Amino acid sequence: MSVLVPNDPKSAERVSRLDVGGAIKDAAVATVVAFGLFSLMLGLLTQPGPSGQLTISERPKLLIVSLIVVFVGRFLVAIFTRSLRVPLISRLISPKLSTSFRQLERFAAPALLGFALVVPVLFYSNRYLLDLAILVLTYTMLAWGLNIVVGLAGLLDLGYVAFYAVGAYSYALLAKNFGLSFWVCLPLAGILASFWGIMLGFPVLRLRGDYLAIVTLAFGEIIRIVITNWQDFTGGPNGISGIPRPSFFGIPFTSDPEGFAALFHLEFTPTHRVVFLYYLILALALITCAVTIRLRQLPIGRAWEALREDEIACRSLGVNTTNTKLTAFATGAMFAGFAGSFFATRQGFISPESFVFMESALVLAIVVLGGMGSQLGVAVAALVMLGGFELFRNFEQFRMLIFGAAMVGIMVWRPRGLVATRTPSVYLEKKKDIPAAIVEEARQ
Amino acid sequence: MEYFLQQLINGLTLGSIYALVAIGYTMVYGIIGMINFAHGDIFMVGGFLALIAFLGLLAIGVTAVPLALFLVLIVAMLLTALYGWTVERIAYRPLRGSFRLAPLISAIGMSIFLQNYVQIAQGARVKSLPPLVTGAHVLMDSGKFVVQLTNIQIVIIVTTTVLMLLFSWMVSSTRLGRDMRACEQDLKMAALVGVNTDRTISLTFVIGAALAAVAGIMYLLYYGAIDFFVGFVAGVKAFTAAVLGGIGSLPGAMLGGLMIGLIETFWSAYFSSEYKDVAAFSILILVLIFMPTGILGRPEVEKV
Repeated sequence: MSVLVPNDPKSAERVSRLDVGGAIKDAAVATVVAFGLFSLMLGLLTQPGPSGQLTISERPKLLIVSLIVVFVGRFLVAIFTRSLRVPLISRLISPKLSTSFRQLERFAAPALLGFALVVPVLFYSNRYLLDLAILVLTYTMLAWGLNIVVGLAGLLDLGYVAFYAVGAYSYALLAKNFGLSFWVCLPLAGILASFWGIMLGFPVLRLRGDYLAIVTLAFGEIIRIVITNWQDFTGGPNGISGIPRPSFFGIPFTSDPEGFAALFHLEFTPTHRVVFLYYLILALALITCAVTIRLRQLPIGRAWEALREDEIACRSLGVNTTNTKLTAFATGAMFAGFAGSFFATRQGFISPESFVFMESALVLAIVVLGGMGSQLGVAVAALVMLGGFELFRNFEQFRMLIFGAAMVGIMVWRPRGLVATRTPSVYLEKKKDIPAAIVEEARQ
Repeated sequence: MEYFLQQLINGLTLGSIYALVAIGYTMVYGIIGMINFAHGDIFMVGGFLALIAFLGLLAIGVTAVPLALFLVLIVAMLLTALYGWTVERIAYRPLRGSFRLAPLISAIGMSIFLQNYVQIAQGARVKSLPPLVTGAHVLMDSGKFVVQLTNIQIVIIVTTTVLMLLFSWMVSSTRLGRDMRACEQDLKMAALVGVNTDRTISLTFVIGAALAAVAGIMYLLYYGAIDFFVGFVAGVKAFTAAVLGGIGSLPGAMLGGLMIGLIETFWSAYFSSEYKDVAAFSILILVLIFMPTGILGRPEVEKV
């Protein structure tokens, strides 16, 4: 692709002195484009009038403000990147951040784990934080599961939420209709989800990357539409409510004499259940992580990573690509199934609205931000992403806007995510990191 | 029989809309080999721009429907093309030469961004427009069932046909079309022999977006309502159409669009309308499994 570079005049001529004129020109062009983009969309507002018909009103202030923002923004970017030769943020932080992240990882992972273990103790009285922590862990688990498919095996799965839904509905239906306990349903939900993974995977895994992505997306949508419309079985859009809550290995979290609090001579509080749920999802997430780390060292895990790097080479070396892809798909789906049944038992209520494409996109974004393949990176990314979501809770509307923009931004500035280096699972004498530049080169 | 004929007409109308969107997918895939996931949302933006432009024209006193429609068509095509250009410039161009999945992920981000941008700018409610083009021709009347061809259906089918012819002519006989075909065959080689590849790719996005804008206007006129979420499902269906026809092939996209429109309409008419999306998505999966090159596509050679 280097052939294409001379076409771009900006990269060819780099002005060293302060080129204010050039920057103003850039900014003016950007503003004209922005005027075209925003004039109708932001400058005018369509609203239903008193008679129900749409009427139009002007919003000149919003338009002018947004144009000024574009002008100033583009001007500053032009000044910093062209004239002052300040390297882009990405170039400034990428090598340093990456290596320091690597060095940190040795301490960060145990520290993070230790912190995760004591969260309920530290924030025992803060129900809001505990709930948030459970949410972060649920997404961490989902992202670790998807990481097997996307990060290790290199298969882009846009319908991951379908397996999450299968897990959630499996638990809800099994528990409600047959009265099975959570601990019986959990493995069943995982098995069912991975079964669906294999069913989907078998025919479609011959497809190339992008096609696979779209087919998995279509599959996710099909599952959601079927759940929405199959009223007698799944309750349709109303969902399923009254899903049995988890018990402490058979002891319910109630205020009865038979309940958890009474048996352990504690004062009854609903927090017991929250704490239990927290440790439950922590355990599930850690199992996911541990399994992934172990699998990476087994032949199957190595085959996944080899497949990601070069499928044709893999086939030439006698790796059974279909089986390799299928196991990755099924393993990823199984963890989504576990997470799904946890989700169902925690919420007590599920409906198709929880399993929309946006969830798949969110989990994928976490994996991508985390660096596709790094366990710690993914965990940190889940924390950052959901923490960010919470920060923007008061700006509900802008949350998804920023999320979309961030996804583009990550790809443009840091396509390898937070942790761009790779640690090989097999090595000769010394464990050596593969620097980001080489990783990037390998995957074109 | 009458019912069948009516569904055939409806299906062809719907298919025309899908075909216009599908061209954008197939061109971009043909040239840079990426699925422009945000294309469905460009289609939605086109519909919204048309809606706003139309109301704006009404507000300044342009009430003659044909003139207003013509102006709306021009404005929406131009502005949507600008959106297409900007999206390519911001989200895809910096990623050329990045790893394989990067543009797709970036496109998903762009799609989410555009949906929420429109939602914030214009509100989440469904925007409806009173029917602008009214009137219909009765083709057949058996007493029980009347087969109608409405004027709006005529407008849609005629506009689509004209645009398709114009576009096919452009690809086959202009300098830009030649550049595009060259880029499709080999981007690097085209750059070496002096084709301005960046410009060609930009223009591909611009043209694709303009055609999507027309589709957006047609959608708005046909259904009389639009909301910020229509782009997602319409986009996946148009992509299905492009795949069905053979991705990278222009006649394929047109054929695929019509077929998807017909299949969806007949499915809703004879089976169940709740599962019409399932029908379209299942076709996508089946086609990719059994006929990955589509109807008119060339088999893809895997290179090391």
